[in-house]
Amino acid sequence: MSWLDIGSLDDIPVLGARIVKTAVGCVAVFRTAEDEVFATSDRCPHKGGPLSEGIVHGKSVTCPLHNWVFSLETGEAQGADEGQISTFAIKVETGRLLLDGEALQARTAA
Amino acid sequence: MTKKLIIVGAGMASGRVIEHLVETNKDAYDITLFNGEPRGNYNRIMLSPVLSGDKAFEEIVTHDDAWYAENGVTCRFGEYITKIDRKRKVVVGQNGEVAYDKLLIATGSAPFIIPVPGKDLPGVIAYRDLEDTNAMIDASAKPGAKAVVIGGGLLGLEAAAGLKARGMDVTVIHLMGHLMERQLDEAAGYLLRRALEDKGIEIKCQASTSAILGEDKVEGVLLADKTVIPADLVVMAVGIRPETRVAVDAGLAVERGITVSDEMQTSDPDILAVGECVEHCSQLFGLVAPLYDQAKVVAKTLLDESASFEPKEVATKLKVTGCDLFSAGDFSEGEGREDIVFRDPARGVYKRLVLEGNLLVGAVMYGDTADGNWFFGLIKDKTDISEMRETLIFGPAYQGGDSLDPMAAVAALPLDAEICGCNGVCKGQIVEAIQDGATDLGAIRANTKASASCGTCTGLVEQVLATTLGDDFVMPAAQSVCGCTDLTHEDVRRLIKSQELKSQAAVWQELGWSTPNGCHVCRPALNYYLLSDWPLEYQDDPQSRFVNERKHANIQKDGTYSVVPRMWGGMTTPDELRAIADAADKYNVPTVHVTGGQRIDLLGVKGEDLPSMWADLNKAGMVSGHAYSKGLRTVKTCVGKDHCRFGTQDSTGLGIKLEKHLWGSWAPHKLKLAVSGCPRNCAEATCKDIGVVCVDSGFEISVAGAAGMEVKQTELLCKVETEEEAIEIISAFTQAYRENGKYLDRVFKWVAKVGLDWCKETIVDDLDNRKALAERFEISQSVYRDDPWAKLASKEEAPKFNPLANLTLEAAE
Repeated sequence: MSWLDIGSLDDIPVLGARIVKTAVGCVAVFRTAEDEVFATSDRCPHKGGPLSEGIVHGKSVTCPLHNWVFSLETGEAQGADEGQISTFAIKVETGRLLLDGEALQARTAA
Repeated sequence: MTKKLIIVGAGMASGRVIEHLVETNKDAYDITLFNGEPRGNYNRIMLSPVLSGDKAFEEIVTHDDAWYAENGVTCRFGEYITKIDRKRKVVVGQNGEVAYDKLLIATGSAPFIIPVPGKDLPGVIAYRDLEDTNAMIDASAKPGAKAVVIGGGLLGLEAAAGLKARGMDVTVIHLMGHLMERQLDEAAGYLLRRALEDKGIEIKCQASTSAILGEDKVEGVLLADKTVIPADLVVMAVGIRPETRVAVDAGLAVERGITVSDEMQTSDPDILAVGECVEHCSQLFGLVAPLYDQAKVVAKTLLDESASFEPKEVATKLKVTGCDLFSAGDFSEGEGREDIVFRDPARGVYKRLVLEGNLLVGAVMYGDTADGNWFFGLIKDKTDISEMRETLIFGPAYQGGDSLDPMAAVAALPLDAEICGCNGVCKGQIVEAIQDGATDLGAIRANTKASASCGTCTGLVEQVLATTLGDDFVMPAAQSVCGCTDLTHEDVRRLIKSQELKSQAAVWQELGWSTPNGCHVCRPALNYYLLSDWPLEYQDDPQSRFVNERKHANIQKDGTYSVVPRMWGGMTTPDELRAIADAADKYNVPTVHVTGGQRIDLLGVKGEDLPSMWADLNKAGMVSGHAYSKGLRTVKTCVGKDHCRFGTQDSTGLGIKLEKHLWGSWAPHKLKLAVSGCPRNCAEATCKDIGVVCVDSGFEISVAGAAGMEVKQTELLCKVETEEEAIEIISAFTQAYRENGKYLDRVFKWVAKVGLDWCKETIVDDLDNRKALAERFEISQSVYRDDPWAKLASKEEAPKFNPLANLTLEAAE
């Protein structure tokens, strides 16, 4: 793995998100109430809504366009909706956000 | 040989005993019946219709002279007994003594007269028998006569209603905080009070009587707070106590009432007692049902059959002056008890069920008591209600029993008829989903998205469910806010205020949210309720807002945003237009559109460009138009009398003043206003949430219009003469909506719930309340009358609109 420093945990509001631009499109980085972070594709598979602008609750996010709800852990759509968003490895070390760069590369190759 | 039975007291209980005796064995006893009242048994409960004039006394007689003669009962009516001689087994009456083998005491109860000065004055009566009733009827004959009823229990209220029906001015004085406190909880007591007040009866609760005033007859009542209420008649209806004097004199065991065994025998086995005068297992009885049970036991004991009296749980089902009331079981609050409450303010219906675990332990109903006996059955039988808890309050009709009315119109729709316009779902898809097992609204929404967006087709979807499922359809319980809680919006609003919950965390914790931090449905609602109720204490939470309100711009389907600068009252200037044009050029705005709210919409702006575009617009003196907010949007105007030959007032000027006053305020839903300068109504004010139509003599303020998914004309709230008044009333109305509205209810929906009359009373007529509302609005505006764009365009905030990082270069390497 190659961990890329993408910023500070404090740059993301609690129960909020920011985006990271990558070659595979925008990645949304979420922060939960417990200060866990998750990185997923920013694009809702339904109509392309920007998930980083959704409301974060528990370990889920609700797409701002049509209220699809995704698990941030698995990337799976919740409830009746069927869909999947990519998830990326991310971790916090001494307050810095480290995103797995290899995953992004691999995804490009695939 | 036939034994001799003497009965003292010809009331409803002893009447029932005689019936049982003569039906079983007419020859078992030779019966002598004493009664102090100069008449036989009548249905005492029906004295109220006699008082109100709905019935004649003859209609309520249960046993007439012919009946007593036919059944061989020797009647000694109008004769009090003076003594029971147990040694000689004789009863001494005013007209001589009679011997007995068995004696039945059925003396009933005596009204309790509160020991205040003046209680013996002529004109002070109780409400117990026909004499009292006739005294009341006589008193009401005098035009303009005034009555005071002391006691707001069942009897007192019946007396009050009867006297009112006879044309008297009636005031009820009640010691406790709400009416009929033994049968009703506070909420039902309040509804009853309102209904009685609507009939013109004055009610004073928490009022204590100090004295009854008057020289030779009653002239008034003095309360502890020194108020004097003039009165020609005072009815004491504060309560009753068992009439036990003969029993005490005879040396029988008497506590509060005459002590009886399970067989209804007193301490002397040859003497029995029945009715309101007895005490069984430390309990007194006042309702008819247990008295009739006692009568049955008395008859059997007298006939040497074995029987024992077991008091049953009783329900009270009453009609007080046309108001239906029902109460059963124990409805006090307590640990481990939960309430299910249903209120329909428009119909004046209140129902409350009290649960303890899986059992229903109490029920109070007001207005609609049709299901009372069913609830009573559940209480009595200790039925496990966990399976039907969600729909319990809707009664037996919704428990899979009786089906609803066939909804012919929906049933007749073809399968390709569109039900949900937002998501393009037709009836066939819903029916298919139902057949696949989606049997409730939530499941339909999850599977088909029908009614999952704007929700206006919810009723239709429910009807499709009902017609497809038939008897299996279960009407949903009052809608909770979302899956995180069982509470409704109304509950949550009320609890936020009453429990002074001032943060979302406090709400989640205290109200038992089932999720750690809510969801996308409840969080925006809670955020709104909290900032509306605690404007100075609560800190608005952007993360609990829908993207548009967090970004202060409208998200578009491609993820770009639209930007709408405010144009006060629809007025603009060449400089503003130039600044808008410049911004459109600078940020490559693909679409410029003129909105229905008299301003200009710049569509297709990239998220990261928002702060700098706002900064440019701010420099030209423009602020956010809040075109994205659940709050004040625009005040649309026509050009008014400055230009228009028909204009009656400065509609543009008033529109600008209103917009400057209201802007920035949040509300349950969007709030659109308009001011038209004359009744030609060019600003289309009569389909807005609040509309003003100027006329020569002032301003007509109307509210609750709609021109969206529903179209509705506004309804007139009031007419005022000055702009100042118009602004104050509109502020107060807005604040009332802010404080009471359900999140996402537009004004017209909210007004439909509270009623226009309520709005008029509280906002127009009640000047103090109007002022208080307007003041609270101003307090909130001291925080929120502010341009969010200026704040977000600042050095600290603007970078947050940029990506956290740009890895496109690294990833490409």
